[in-house]
Amino acid sequence: MNSIHPFPSPVDTPTGTRASRGLGLLVFLGMVLLTLLGLFFTDEDVVQGSTVRLMYIHVPTAWVAYLAFIVTAITSAMFMWGKQHSLTFDRIAGASGEVGVIFMGLSLVTGSLWGRLTWGTYWQWDPRLTTTVFLFVTYVGYLAVRDLGGSHQQRAKRSGVVALLAVLEIPLVHFSVVLWRSLHQEASVLQPNGDVTMDGLMLFTLLFGVAVFTLLFAWMVLHRQRVLTLADAIDDGGLEAALQERRSEAN
Amino acid sequence: MTQHSTSTMSVARAIATKDLRIEWRSKVLVNQVLPFAGIVMVLFAFALDNDGILQRVAPGLVWLAVLFSSLIIVQRTFAIESADNALDAIKVAGVSPAGVFLGKSVALVVQLLLFEGVLVLLSLVLYQVHLSWGGAVLLVTVSFLANIGIAAMGALYGGLGAAAKGRETLLPLLLLPAVAPVLIAATRATESAFGVGGATLGEGWPWVALLAVFGALFGFGGTLAFGVLTEE
Repeated sequence: MNSIHPFPSPVDTPTGTRASRGLGLLVFLGMVLLTLLGLFFTDEDVVQGSTVRLMYIHVPTAWVAYLAFIVTAITSAMFMWGKQHSLTFDRIAGASGEVGVIFMGLSLVTGSLWGRLTWGTYWQWDPRLTTTVFLFVTYVGYLAVRDLGGSHQQRAKRSGVVALLAVLEIPLVHFSVVLWRSLHQEASVLQPNGDVTMDGLMLFTLLFGVAVFTLLFAWMVLHRQRVLTLADAIDDGGLEAALQERRSEAN
Repeated sequence: MTQHSTSTMSVARAIATKDLRIEWRSKVLVNQVLPFAGIVMVLFAFALDNDGILQRVAPGLVWLAVLFSSLIIVQRTFAIESADNALDAIKVAGVSPAGVFLGKSVALVVQLLLFEGVLVLLSLVLYQVHLSWGGAVLLVTVSFLANIGIAAMGALYGGLGAAAKGRETLLPLLLLPAVAPVLIAATRATESAFGVGGATLGEGWPWVALLAVFGALFGFGGTLAFGVLTEE
């Protein structure tokens, strides 16, 4: 596979292609426009004031995190049940999991900042928030399992099982937290679903943010997946090179 | 088919008996883990420093002590396998992984049940909670079903850590978020059993259903997944 260079270098094997560079440029321009829309072109909210601008980041990051975990689950299933157990699916799952953890972290931070400004508190024991934290920790665990070592197939199988178990775990966590909170109804501040009436441009900005962040997700996963492919190739090449060295020593 | 299921069950029985016998002879659970849980219960009392609060939160403290101790028990149950590469030997022998998983889980359920019995007795003494006969029936049911969930997840992730040699530190990170529903359901049901915070017995039983679903789901899921998680 890598007969010329056992160790692929970034120079001869870049992770960018013309298509991914185009995508990257699109994301960059989209982010610039989103910043202008979010900070300058849209009005303040009647109730929330300028705080609403956080939503243009918070909602897209939360969306990307959930999307990432769905992609991880689907690609893990494709690896597990695919006939060839293709490692490409495993790498997409891993790349998507990494991106998901980053965005879930960002979403928690922006959410709690928004909560501080709107509710007066960084944290509410709301079922959605609580489930989000569990999702975050569960996928941090998923990434740790990917890092356990062993062969690539072993990594793929282990992490695939953990990703699929998470699909079972998360609804149960959510359901139990909902039940738990339904018994403790003392806190009924503004519901955290952002159900405020939005004017046209604000809604557009929010949806535009979601679209741009989705493209950013695609761009990040694309590159990360290619980096993971190169890292796997280095692993394989490293073993190959070490074997070759030992053979030449013996001769 | 029959042959396979028979062998899975006989493997499960053999593993469970072996684990319990090792525990019976070594007394690690009784001599080391139980005192640890006992001191945790006392430390909770130091930290909260109020009889009223202690009584109110006793169910949660009991289950927290159970969860923390379950980490040690799970690690112990796989340490006896990895000590002289017994897990590898089991794999080489072609023993059904589902059988190993079920055996490990059953042994864990039994150990946790005994453990909870002692912790509940301790909470009656230390935290001054009251337990009626009806509450005791609810509590035994809750403990049994909660243990199935904890044991299934524990065996699954403990096996993963043991197979990946020396990475047992991963266990709390994987296990604690996964068993959060067990903590919630078992604590609420135990509140009803103890009758704290005005909770009635009837309010406790719906949580039993959640524990049963959790145990069934991960008992089944674990039986399928254990082989993949522990293979070399």
